Amino acid sequence: MDYSQFLAMRQEIGLLIVFLLVFLYDTFMPKKALNATAGFTTILFLLFTVASFIWGNIGDVDAFAGMYSTSGVCSMIKNILNVGVLIVLIQSCRWANGELMIMRRGEFYELLLVTLFGMYLMISARHFLLFVIGLESASLPLAAMVAFDKNRYESHEAAIKYMLTAVFSSAVFMMGLSFVYGLSGSLYFHDIALQLGSSFNTTLVVALAFVIAGVGFKLSLVPFHLWTADVYQGAPTSVTSYLSVISKGAAAFAFLVILVQCFGQFYSMVWEWMLYALIIATITIGNLFAIRQKNMKRFLAFSSISQAGYIMLGIVGCNDMGLAAMMYYILVYIFSNLAAFGVIGAIENQTGKVEMTDYNGLSRTNPWLACSMMLAMFSLAGIPPFAGFFSKFFIFTSAINQGSVAIYILVLIALINTIISLYYYLLVVKAMYISPDEPQIANFRSASSERLGLWITVGGIVALGIVSFFYDSIMEAASGSALFAFIG
Amino acid sequence: MELTMIYYLIPSLIMFCCGVYGFITRRNMIAILISLELMLNAVDINFVVFNRFLFPGEMEGMFFTLFAIGLAAAETALAIAIIINVFRVSNSIDVRDVNKMKH
Repeated sequence: MDYSQFLAMRQEIGLLIVFLLVFLYDTFMPKKALNATAGFTTILFLLFTVASFIWGNIGDVDAFAGMYSTSGVCSMIKNILNVGVLIVLIQSCRWANGELMIMRRGEFYELLLVTLFGMYLMISARHFLLFVIGLESASLPLAAMVAFDKNRYESHEAAIKYMLTAVFSSAVFMMGLSFVYGLSGSLYFHDIALQLGSSFNTTLVVALAFVIAGVGFKLSLVPFHLWTADVYQGAPTSVTSYLSVISKGAAAFAFLVILVQCFGQFYSMVWEWMLYALIIATITIGNLFAIRQKNMKRFLAFSSISQAGYIMLGIVGCNDMGLAAMMYYILVYIFSNLAAFGVIGAIENQTGKVEMTDYNGLSRTNPWLACSMMLAMFSLAGIPPFAGFFSKFFIFTSAINQGSVAIYILVLIALINTIISLYYYLLVVKAMYISPDEPQIANFRSASSERLGLWITVGGIVALGIVSFFYDSIMEAASGSALFAFIG
Repeated sequence: MELTMIYYLIPSLIMFCCGVYGFITRRNMIAILISLELMLNAVDINFVVFNRFLFPGEMEGMFFTLFAIGLAAAETALAIAIIINVFRVSNSIDVRDVNKMKH
């Protein structure tokens, strides 16, 4: 065996080293040193993020007989996820150092790094066995993380709901896989595409529907979204922010890879239409339910459902531009959503309030928090100077480039939904700035880690749209990808 | 009588459908977990049968099944741990009682 193949997995191995160091630190250091676990993990992860930016990209390499593959795009999406995880780590510092967490904060970081490792495998897997292992190790520890607030009942309720739906979805997914295996005789993405040829087969439609349903659960696309609101509300805020951006981004990319690499030749015959239906339902229903939410975390859960629909628009285009637009959308979404969750987390840590009415008059007592929240809402809604506008612009453009009448209608529906979404995002801004009620939350100074996280995310919201470097480098990585060779 | 592939596939499909039915209708969390196990085992049977009858030259399906069994065990262990936690805070493992967040 050629051991130099392991060099292709350098990002995974780097992450594994970070995980082991955190694990050893947590296990063997004296009790006093454990107070620094949060800082230790964050700095270690920062070093890893920088290193992976510098040395992570090694071009197109297949390793382990084609089971694992990395390319410029794969290392790019991993770097994007790293940035998101870094922000989550910074924002969760205060919560992790809280009184209730003292005994278990090391476990939180370990579980988080393991789920990230699973997502790396999902992104780079080119064999379904590796993919399923990645999917499970990305979703099982997350269930334990959701149940982390031992003293809050909602945390357990959210965890059991997440766990049962996650297992159900992976059973459905694997059932689809078994039919794919029966039809093609292989689990390699490449071999599946070759063996299936372009002969149409009814069993294939069933198999594909099962596979799409399985991944759709992870992405919370609409017929499979029912767990999302409860889990987001019940989980600790740090875990919710992780769940809503990082795991969604990884699953979206993996979804694209599976669809175009295994089933690319059935694009116009089978799954293009399935995706149209899913996208329309996801965006519309996510938006309509977001309007009537009173709890901020629940509200952001439905907002994230509709954002997942927009991310899917990058897949239906099925070209390099769509891939670039999707990755850019994920990057911008990470920054915007984490800014919103940063404010929610800061306020929840201080006062324990998460209802939307609690935010009435926030701008008078805590102008900086209100301002960050407003920028996050503007970016999520897609108002021009901020990054959210450009990500929506690119994703609509890439979809329209595909050029059929059906896709024009699809994009039109998505556009109308953007206007609807403006209403509920601005409801929050209205509560904070215009509402005449007495302020519910007294002025307070948030922890320095929370302020740092908010500065980074707000800076990202402003800079990502205006500075063209980010989109250019993503586009450059995406245009070199050979992902769309089989589309037909 | 020769046992062809269909004699294995139909029971596995029935198992899968029973699992889905149980997942939807059962009210006890442990029973839901059992239904999930039924679904996962139906997947295992499918993989083994396809491998044995269609592609006997290679072992890919068998290996997938081995890993799938391991993953199913991990899932069950974690789910039971969470169910125990739920029982400790609410004294019930009936899903109708786990509804505090429904709006």
